[in-house]
Amino acid sequence: MDLLSPEPGLVIWTGLTFLILLYLLGKFAWKPLLGAIKERETTIQTAMENAVKANEELKQIEATKTRIEAETRKERDSILKEAHALKDNIVEEAKNAAQQEAQKIVEAAKAQIAKDRADAMQELRSTVAKLSVQIASKVIAKDLSSDANQNDLVEKYLQECNFN
Amino acid sequence: MFTKAIHIIVLMLAVIANVGMARAQESEPEAAVASAHENAHEEEGLDMTHLIFHHVLDSYQWDIVGWEGANGEEKISIPLPVIAYHNGHFFFTMSSSFAEGAKVEKDGLVWYMGVPEGRVVEKLLVDSATEQAVRPTLDISITRNVASMWLSVIVILLIFISVAKAYKKSLVPHGAVGAVETVVLFVKDIADEQIGEKSAKYVPYMLSLFFFIWINNIIGLIPFFPFSTNLSGNIAFTATLAIGTFILTNFNATKHYWIHNFTVPGVPFIMKFILVPIEIVTMFIRPFTLLVRLFANVTGGHIIILSLIAMIFIIGSIAMAVPSVLLTLIIFVLEIIFGALQAYIFTLLSALYIGLAVNDEH
Repeated sequence: MDLLSPEPGLVIWTGLTFLILLYLLGKFAWKPLLGAIKERETTIQTAMENAVKANEELKQIEATKTRIEAETRKERDSILKEAHALKDNIVEEAKNAAQQEAQKIVEAAKAQIAKDRADAMQELRSTVAKLSVQIASKVIAKDLSSDANQNDLVEKYLQECNFN
Repeated sequence: MFTKAIHIIVLMLAVIANVGMARAQESEPEAAVASAHENAHEEEGLDMTHLIFHHVLDSYQWDIVGWEGANGEEKISIPLPVIAYHNGHFFFTMSSSFAEGAKVEKDGLVWYMGVPEGRVVEKLLVDSATEQAVRPTLDISITRNVASMWLSVIVILLIFISVAKAYKKSLVPHGAVGAVETVVLFVKDIADEQIGEKSAKYVPYMLSLFFFIWINNIIGLIPFFPFSTNLSGNIAFTATLAIGTFILTNFNATKHYWIHNFTVPGVPFIMKFILVPIEIVTMFIRPFTLLVRLFANVTGGHIIILSLIAMIFIIGSIAMAVPSVLLTLIIFVLEIIFGALQAYIFTLLSALYIGLAVNDEH
């Protein structure tokens, strides 16, 4: 019956049409379409690979940065430490030197004072001797009979004497 | 499953109705070649059968609209070319030459339209001096199905060539192109999964097959001119596509496939006498199931929808329109899903069969 018997005419036309459709679609639709999809796939693939690579590079750079930072910090610490030590050293030395210097100055001053004192004493002694001689010569030259005269005389000489 | 069962039942009912009618025609040999709509008025049920079959089967002209006019049945239709070959004579005319039961005489042959014995719809017949009322040797008329097929080809080419062109502007799909790409990749994945490494060669076939079936299923479901033609439910159409898969399967099969089919290694010798014939029969049954599945599903769907609508006229009550239209709506939605599903199944199984044949390992 009609429904179940394939018409040869329709078989021929279907076959022919489908072959032509296959050719036209293959050439003008599937080839560019699948090509574009493939191209996009490779583009995405390379983009992703590049991203991963870039990420890895970034990580490496990050690691290097951290390492360099750590090294720098260490170096800085050691330099600081050294500087501290150096500073302490210098300060210590300076202190010592200053102390020694001060000691020296004090000693020198003391020696000077002692010397000056000795000199002064010496001079005083000689001055006193001289004065004594002068006084004695004066006393001898003047009448020392009365007490009043004696006191006037002492007073007079004492005033003449420069105690400075 | 349920709808498939309905399909089968309706198909069986249709067959029974048709056989019954064929018997009626046998009892009146004169009426066998008479024009169909004379028959139609004898009985209301018969009229509906004819109406349904007129839609489901092929036709020499493309009806746009028909109505019950003052002079009986009137319609507007597009005449299509009638091309035939018989006994060394080519014949070409437009289907309008056969209007009102006219006959065309040429080269001593009389060409006319009639319903051959055991058929439901009019076919091109030829009378010669020696024989009477036979089908021509080759009838390659551009029937409604062929015209509809060409329409589908135009639609398919328009869609996919414009989609392919869209990729020249940008590799990133926008709007509808993205939707089309999704389906294309879906079908490509079917081929890749079933065929494996060798799939690239078959992907264009699978894509063309899928969209050829799907677009024709959709065209068949749109209920007005220039659509609604039941091409993908025509057994000639499904048979041709199944033959395509059969050829691709067996012409590209590996040595392993043939050795497996003809020797069935790994079973006891006695079993080979059973298994080898089974394997050989399977080779032919596979494409046969393809063609029957698509044909029965699509035609079944059309028959259900038309039967539900016909019910209104058979019962002759406007009240019947409510359940009829509601049921039709449900079936319609199912058919839209099935249109895609059947295209998918046909493509999937084609890919599976090809994959089994072209790959060495199982």
